[in-house]
Amino acid sequence: MGFIIRRMRRAFLVAAIVCGLLSARPDAQADSELRFGGDAEGGAPFMEADPNDPSRVVGFEVDVAALLAAGLGRTPRFVQVGFATLDPAVARGDFDIGLSGLEDLPGRRARLAVTVPYYEFREVLTVRQSDAARLTSLAALGGRRVATLGATLAADILDRARAEYGVVPVIYEDDVHPYSDLAVGRVDAVLLDAVLAERGVSRNPGLVNQPAGMGVGHYIGILALENAALRDRIDGLLRAAMQDGRLEAIFRKWRMWNDDQPRLYARVLANTSSGSQAPDPRTVGADPDPGTTGAGPATTEAAPAPESAAAATIRYLPALLRAAVITLLLSCVSMALAVATGLAIATGRVYGGRTLRVLLTGWVELVRGTPLLLQLFVLYFGLESFVQLPAVAAAVLGLGLNYGAYESEIYRGALEAVPPGQLEAARTLGLSEWQALRLVRGPQAFTLALAPMTNDFVALLKDSSLVSMITVVELTKQTSILAANIGSWFLPGLLCAAMYLAMSLPLARLARRLERRWGRGGHL
Amino acid sequence: MSAITVRDLHVTRGDRPVVRGVSFVARPGEVLALMGASGSGKTTVLRAIAGLERFSTGAIEMAGLSRGPGPLPRGAALRELHARVGIVFQFHNLFAHLTAAHNVWLAPVHVRGAGRDDAERTARRLLDELGVGPRADARPHELSGGEAQRVAIARALAMNPPLLLLDEPTASLDRERRADLARTVRGLVSGGRTILAATHDADFVRACADRVLLLEDGRITRDGAADSPGATGDRPDD
Repeated sequence: MGFIIRRMRRAFLVAAIVCGLLSARPDAQADSELRFGGDAEGGAPFMEADPNDPSRVVGFEVDVAALLAAGLGRTPRFVQVGFATLDPAVARGDFDIGLSGLEDLPGRRARLAVTVPYYEFREVLTVRQSDAARLTSLAALGGRRVATLGATLAADILDRARAEYGVVPVIYEDDVHPYSDLAVGRVDAVLLDAVLAERGVSRNPGLVNQPAGMGVGHYIGILALENAALRDRIDGLLRAAMQDGRLEAIFRKWRMWNDDQPRLYARVLANTSSGSQAPDPRTVGADPDPGTTGAGPATTEAAPAPESAAAATIRYLPALLRAAVITLLLSCVSMALAVATGLAIATGRVYGGRTLRVLLTGWVELVRGTPLLLQLFVLYFGLESFVQLPAVAAAVLGLGLNYGAYESEIYRGALEAVPPGQLEAARTLGLSEWQALRLVRGPQAFTLALAPMTNDFVALLKDSSLVSMITVVELTKQTSILAANIGSWFLPGLLCAAMYLAMSLPLARLARRLERRWGRGGHL
Repeated sequence: MSAITVRDLHVTRGDRPVVRGVSFVARPGEVLALMGASGSGKTTVLRAIAGLERFSTGAIEMAGLSRGPGPLPRGAALRELHARVGIVFQFHNLFAHLTAAHNVWLAPVHVRGAGRDDAERTARRLLDELGVGPRADARPHELSGGEAQRVAIARALAMNPPLLLLDEPTASLDRERRADLARTVRGLVSGGRTILAATHDADFVRACADRVLLLEDGRITRDGAADSPGATGDRPDD
């Protein structure tokens, strides 16, 4: 599901990516090409579609890939992959190396062959100027919403800050909207790496970066475990580029060069073993205390043994259950709104005047004819300069209004299926039109509508996963976080499917029972 | 005093005249049969009286309520009209989701504001009197044609209208049931109620009607006692 969502989202954003996908033939001339995977949605300075030629990508990662390809005697070829699915994609062989601002995380090291780190960044806290004096640390953000990008070091830091200070992490799918949402007041701070923070501040006047670093991390390249030999050759190429200044030239070109980098290079060059055997412990447990996060001496301690997928899944179970409750609540409230709007629209279309009927028909066609995802984006991001809906409100509104349009068609059909003779009988008994609707037409229409309504509710339950795109962490999103964490969709996928079924199957049963109970006399 | 007076009633559908100047008077306690071939306009006359059909000219008067051409009555006007007239449809039009008894007590409770228990008792009594008491808790799809018709009559009677319209009341009945219905109809008018039945069943008419109006091509061509020769139209010996 997560893959599909990302595919859909892509369609909105960059035409270039379509070209990239079309040209991505996984088995094509693997030895003469260096296929590098990344997410062009990440934008500059990492990689973005070239405005002059959208089929090309530009960015420091593209330059690094070109450098490595040249060293290997291959032609670099870009493969577009969603940021959150880069790890499983490289593991299954969709491309040779992932280069996309990928952080050095313990889970990644355990599952993949990683290169030596080639860029060091600090985690930076961004706040609104008016809060700059107060919100200087994570401790000061207790009870407040702090945005970040999922599956990053910053997300891990925020997760610990949740336990420690009561910070409320808000996980985004991208690194642009955390800053725009900070500017409009939906969140109170953003924690992300300095590269993204600089970009966020430059795009949103009124934001400032706090000087104190909240942790240190590194960008690395990722390869499949069985590609360790290629990884070793690439490590050699990176070290050489660190020594002869080619890497420095790339980062200077993208205005990313700073004093942290020579120190990192010195440590990497001093340690000749490969990246996977020499993790930098400071990236594993980023210290929220800025005093200890400068350029410390490199150590060669091994990373803590990663827990098994099963153990990690069990550890995540409470979070998954909480997410399932959110999915269920979200679906129930949205369905209630859908039923209410559906009834109003259907009643208007059956009983209303011509103008009202035309307006309502137009509304239904508009809502049914455009993607739900687009509607969610418009409600949450598109309207934010007029009205800043909280994410959950936007989610309920989006799902409720969208499904309301479909419900209205069901109800209209059901109302019109009640024989007009019964309505005439109601009339000749003196029942008003409203009484006839309430006592005669409505109850019979309801019986007819029950089965398609249940069907829609089950569909809504699953479509509610789309709201993760506007920062609501529901069941599918929580599952994808777990999957990203343990590097496998197998167990999390099974568990997630079981939870959706546990919610939808009883619903279908209940509907069948109600239909039997109310439908006994409903032969029309 | 008349139970209903219809004057020069004209109904058109599109450009086609369906009823072309129908006039008649019915007295309280009278059973009036409206006869004629299919398409002669019988049902349309009943529907116009029941407030289900607009008419282009003419007037209909019932117990102090006079209606002329214009939109169909709504709201209070509709209630006033249906305090005076009830109708039993050819296909009964029972509310499919309610039991027989519920069909009968629905309107007394929601239109008249009667107490639910009283209304239900009355409903069951009416169903008993019409011989379908044991079927009070059945749903319409479980009833035979004759039973459904009796429930429909009970439903109309529950509102106690002085004028009751019956549209093709014998259409769904076998011969024996028709005789039963004729007896029932005679019983209904004993208290002064007037019945106007659109039918082409001559036996039924002979068994219970006081007067016959013969409708041909939207006009009344004969108005006479039911037992007068040729009163039931072109099938005097049927």
